Amino acid sequence: MEQTLEAPRASAAAAVQPKKRQRRPRSAKLMAGLIIAGAIALFGILGPLFLGDPNAISNDTLAAPGNGMLLGTTQTGQDVLAQLAHATRGSLTIGVLVGAMAIVASAFFGIVGAYIGGWTDETFSLITNVMLVIPGLPLVIVISSYVPDKGLLLIAGVLALTSWAGGARVLRAVTLSLRNRDYVAASRVSGEKTWRILMVEILPNLMPILASQMVFAVIFAILGEAGLAFIGLGASGTWTWGSMLFYAQNGLALRLGAWWWFVPPGLLIAVFGAALSLINFSIDEIINPKLRDQTLAARKRWNTPRTKKLTVPGTEKTSS
Amino acid sequence: MSTLEFHNVVKEYRLRGGWHGRTLKAVKDVSFAIESGKTVALVGQSGSGKSTIAKLLMQLERPTSGQILFDGVPVQNRGAGLRQYRRDVQMVFQDPFASLNPFHTVGHHLARPLKLHGKAKTAEETDVAVAELLTRVRLDPEMAAKHPHEMSGGQRQRVAIARALAPQPRILVADEPVSMLDVSIRLGVLNLLADLQRAENLGVLYITHDLATARHFSDEILVMYQGEIVEAGPSDEVILNPQHPYTQLLAEAAPNPEKRLAL
Ligand SMILES: Nc1ncnc2c1ncn2[C@@H]1O[C@H](COP(=O)(O)OP(=O)(O)OP(=O)(O)O)[C@@H](O)[C@H]1O
Ligand SMILES: [Mg+2]
Repeated sequence: MEQTLEAPRASAAAAVQPKKRQRRPRSAKLMAGLIIAGAIALFGILGPLFLGDPNAISNDTLAAPGNGMLLGTTQTGQDVLAQLAHATRGSLTIGVLVGAMAIVASAFFGIVGAYIGGWTDETFSLITNVMLVIPGLPLVIVISSYVPDKGLLLIAGVLALTSWAGGARVLRAVTLSLRNRDYVAASRVSGEKTWRILMVEILPNLMPILASQMVFAVIFAILGEAGLAFIGLGASGTWTWGSMLFYAQNGLALRLGAWWWFVPPGLLIAVFGAALSLINFSIDEIINPKLRDQTLAARKRWNTPRTKKLTVPGTEKTSS
Repeated sequence: MSTLEFHNVVKEYRLRGGWHGRTLKAVKDVSFAIESGKTVALVGQSGSGKSTIAKLLMQLERPTSGQILFDGVPVQNRGAGLRQYRRDVQMVFQDPFASLNPFHTVGHHLARPLKLHGKAKTAEETDVAVAELLTRVRLDPEMAAKHPHEMSGGQRQRVAIARALAPQPRILVADEPVSMLDVSIRLGVLNLLADLQRAENLGVLYITHDLATARHFSDEILVMYQGEIVEAGPSDEVILNPQHPYTQLLAEAAPNPEKRLAL
């Protein structure tokens, strides 16, 4: 597994030789995703330290970018760039919190149930399936509209609650297959305890799947929170991309043509989501070599028509 | 001197699907004994229930009925009793590509049973014991740092053998230990097993479907057919004078130098 994780950029020749499959250029996606997501995260972490108070009001209202304000100001003269930095921090915090909570829940319900089996598995499966059929966003809306004082943690909790079940099902299926591997039986024969087999022998082999689900949960959380905040149900007193959009909408930014107010948060949501998706694709390809081969085949198909167009006229001339 | 006995052991698998909960009798009323210093071969075609017997023996599955005795005492399937049993009875699995965890190093695979059974305590003790185990299966002690995918099938199976030897067992089950290996290295691994058996005075249950190696390496042969032991006895007798039609068929199909001489 490490091998595949490490196997980085490779020469074009490697793609031709079927034997050296593992050393194909595959990290381009991963690198692009990591760099973009990393840059945005860095902005969220460091930005608020250097930029001013996002709530500070000034007389310079609805100013276009420039004049010392890199991204202009809002209707009440607040610095959009400062807001964006704080919103990035807020959205990422939600994402990380939800990702962590969802992954713990799906690991618990998926892996433990499948490994122990019997009634535990039946019960955990039932809970998972019930959570799976409850439509997520509507439930989130219902819960968060009932709670008057919504903190960041509550929103994160609600989002996590509705997002772990899918992952748990996948983990259950994979664990069911892993627990029947010979090396698990061999560990039992060695006298290893159940929980230790789970943590030391099985869990590491689930790492890529867990990573991919974590990334997915983060995307879901950020989008979900943005949706909630946009309809005014977000965490109160916290800047997020969604709440920025909410205020922009309230301040009629669109009608007033104040694009610098709503484009940056919208763009960051889209770009960050895309970056995480890129990371997820490459993790998926690590887990599932078949997918990788499909990508390669698609790339080949993409290339062949062009080469044909180039060669066919030439061969026609020589043959006729 | 240790003995392991099966007394009228039956194993039924409940098959999924179908309203009536159909069952499959993988092992039917099997009795036999293994003792220190002797190798018993369990021969039979694919699906005859050989691996099921190994799993029952290792307490990975529970018998539907019947008894498994170690030194005359019923084997406990939990707690300290089971742990003690696992110190005394160990197993080498069939597929060395599946029985080693791809995530862990060779050192991990050997250190765990050493620690679990109190054969090594400190880190230095463990390193020394791991190196010693690797030497005993004729591998370079440097291999401890390697991952399974960096090794050949034969090397992996040697690691699996070393792991089974780590708790210093009295009885060793080897479930088709060479069937997944290249023909050219099979004999080397079997000879290693035979040498270790002699050196440790182990009782070995050698599961195979190859009559020739069964005869060469074991004192006794049990012939299994559709879940039953249809013939048992000293190796030469079973092969030279097979009674059951299935054994006769097997013996005829197997290359047999003495028969060829007689012809
Ligand atoms: N967990 C299980 N559930 C249901 N049936 C099983 C299970 N394990 C084994 N069986 C069945 O029990 C029978 C005996 O299987 P077993 O693995 O013991 O055969 P074997 O002699 O080891 O074969 P091989 O030489 O191919 O390894 C087979 O018909 C198999 O399908
Ligand atoms: Mg078998």
